[in-house]
Amino acid sequence: MYSFKNFLDILTTPDNVPILLLIAMIVAYTWISFHKAFDNDKRLAQGRPVWEGEPHNQEKVHTWPHLLNIEFIVSIIAMAGLTLWSTFLNAPLEDPANNSVTPNPSKAPWYFLGLQEMLVYFDPWIAGVVLPGIIVVGLIAIPYIDTNPKGNGYYSWRDRRFAIGVFLFGWFLWMALIIEGTILRGPGWNFFMPGEYWDVHKQVALVNINFSELLNIDPKTFWLARELPAIIILGLYFTITPFLVAKFNKKFYEDLGLVRYGVTIMLLLLLVGLPVKMILRLTINLKYILVTPWFNI
Amino acid sequence: MGSKLQDFLESQVYPSQIWQSVIRHGKPVNDRNRSLAVLGNVFLHLHPIRLPRYATKYTYTWGMGGLSFLLFLVETVTGILLMFYYHPTASLAYGDIKSLEFDVPFGMILRNMHRWGAHAMVLAVWFHMFRVFMTGSYKKPREFNWAIGVILLTITLFMSFTGYLLPWDQLAMWAITVGTNMARAVPLLGHEGPFSNLLGLKIDNDIRFALLGGTRVGGPTLIRFYVLHCIAVPFVMSFILSIHFWRIRKDGGISGPQSARLANLNKVTQVKAAEGKKKVEGIKVEAPKAE
Ligand code: HEM
Repeated sequence: MYSFKNFLDILTTPDNVPILLLIAMIVAYTWISFHKAFDNDKRLAQGRPVWEGEPHNQEKVHTWPHLLNIEFIVSIIAMAGLTLWSTFLNAPLEDPANNSVTPNPSKAPWYFLGLQEMLVYFDPWIAGVVLPGIIVVGLIAIPYIDTNPKGNGYYSWRDRRFAIGVFLFGWFLWMALIIEGTILRGPGWNFFMPGEYWDVHKQVALVNINFSELLNIDPKTFWLARELPAIIILGLYFTITPFLVAKFNKKFYEDLGLVRYGVTIMLLLLLVGLPVKMILRLTINLKYILVTPWFNI
Repeated sequence: MGSKLQDFLESQVYPSQIWQSVIRHGKPVNDRNRSLAVLGNVFLHLHPIRLPRYATKYTYTWGMGGLSFLLFLVETVTGILLMFYYHPTASLAYGDIKSLEFDVPFGMILRNMHRWGAHAMVLAVWFHMFRVFMTGSYKKPREFNWAIGVILLTITLFMSFTGYLLPWDQLAMWAITVGTNMARAVPLLGHEGPFSNLLGLKIDNDIRFALLGGTRVGGPTLIRFYVLHCIAVPFVMSFILSIHFWRIRKDGGISGPQSARLANLNKVTQVKAAEGKKKVEGIKVEAPKAE
């Protein structure tokens, strides 16, 4: 069956309307950042001060009226916007809470759907505990591992290509997961294209298999032997790559020093590992790379 | 019109003891009085007296930090009003929310503003972080304030999470069920997490049980989330927000390209502190003369 009803329903669910705002903001603020960054890059190339550093802009002005005026106007606009939004769109209230009736799909609010989407690819303790933990710790670590003194307090791309590149990779990955989790996931957390009918009985005829099964290793083998290839591959990923990167990009390593480099490269490998596992799931139906008696990855 | 009114104000009101006791500065018609106004007001003095022109431009900060704070205030005010109409018990909560729509004057728009304000706040905080990243404003000397910011971000999300349960409808119950199910799997502390057998954890004594006050989402969960949402977390958040704002000023005000100077901030404060100490040591304290 083909119908846009489900797609439109999910898009116009009151709690999902902010997703449209999110998409608009992503576009607008990415554009404005790069517009200003490229403008400053041009100034730097010409040996001129950046926009923020122009004598006119460096001039001190009084908070009253210069800052208070714009704060006042922006507040009024924001309050007007929020009032209009609250006038025309009602907060949802469904049937009373009932332990015995499970809605399908049961979704968290949109800002958590990045995490809920991760549950497809990882066990709950990774998706729900380890990953959020690493995201928070990784964000806090940013100022301590990005020691590039340039690009402080002004928009610029050429002064901090690497830092901005990595951050945007993570940011867009996260946004994509949220948007996908909100709009394209239906009953059973199955994937539905826009226009596809949300069939509650959709059977996804895929059997996900573990890495060891992919290698035709007998599942009954003692786990350490069975998982040896996975252990080697993961071990190499997290040990050899750091050495190779340090060897071929000596400056990167030397600029950071041992500890900073170690933390940085681990966070990078994890950040890259995330979409790698997702792609392996989507392409060769890989379930787990590593299966141990305590946890699976 | 107002010349008579103005005369009255100027001759009777402004010079009066009552007015003078509240407003200590003259009319804000010149820079001196405006500076005094900013300085003398507890809320306005979060701002510096003067700041570089680029920092007042929308295109530099996008006003996102300010909007996050504005929405925090909106949530506080609408939240307090909502509390007047709400019982955090499984038998009454749902009906209370329903009656906002049908019985309470302006109840629906009140609830809407609280809900959409929360969604908007998540967006504002995310894009505030995005702006701070894109201007490199987390760099020295603002590393710590960035860390404080990340904590604020998690708290904002936790506020949304705890609030989501309170309407006590299907949406609420099952979103929280999905969310708290992850707590089963916390390593060591959740009964389905790796290594939890080391602590002998079962479904009725692990970290999820502590969060829910039971083995599944129910009445005890509601009161727990209510207290977290209305008292505990806002309290922590105000505390951490104060640190955030204080640090913005102490880190040298808004970031900017002159930050080579700001990087020396620590050195300067240290020198100043040392000087101050010398001065204090140099003061002779004289005993009051006995008459
Ligand atoms: C409830 C959440 C938050 C509120 C109310 C808030 C408020 C503010 C305000 C009003 C400013 C002044 C400049 C501006 O408006 O951009 C500011 C600056 C700053 N914020 Fe936040 N913030 C919050 C969360 C965050 C987060 C999530 C981060 C980063 C992860 C962060 C990091 C910073 C930093 C580093 C500055 C200094 C920026 C500069 O000097 O350019 N804050 N914050």
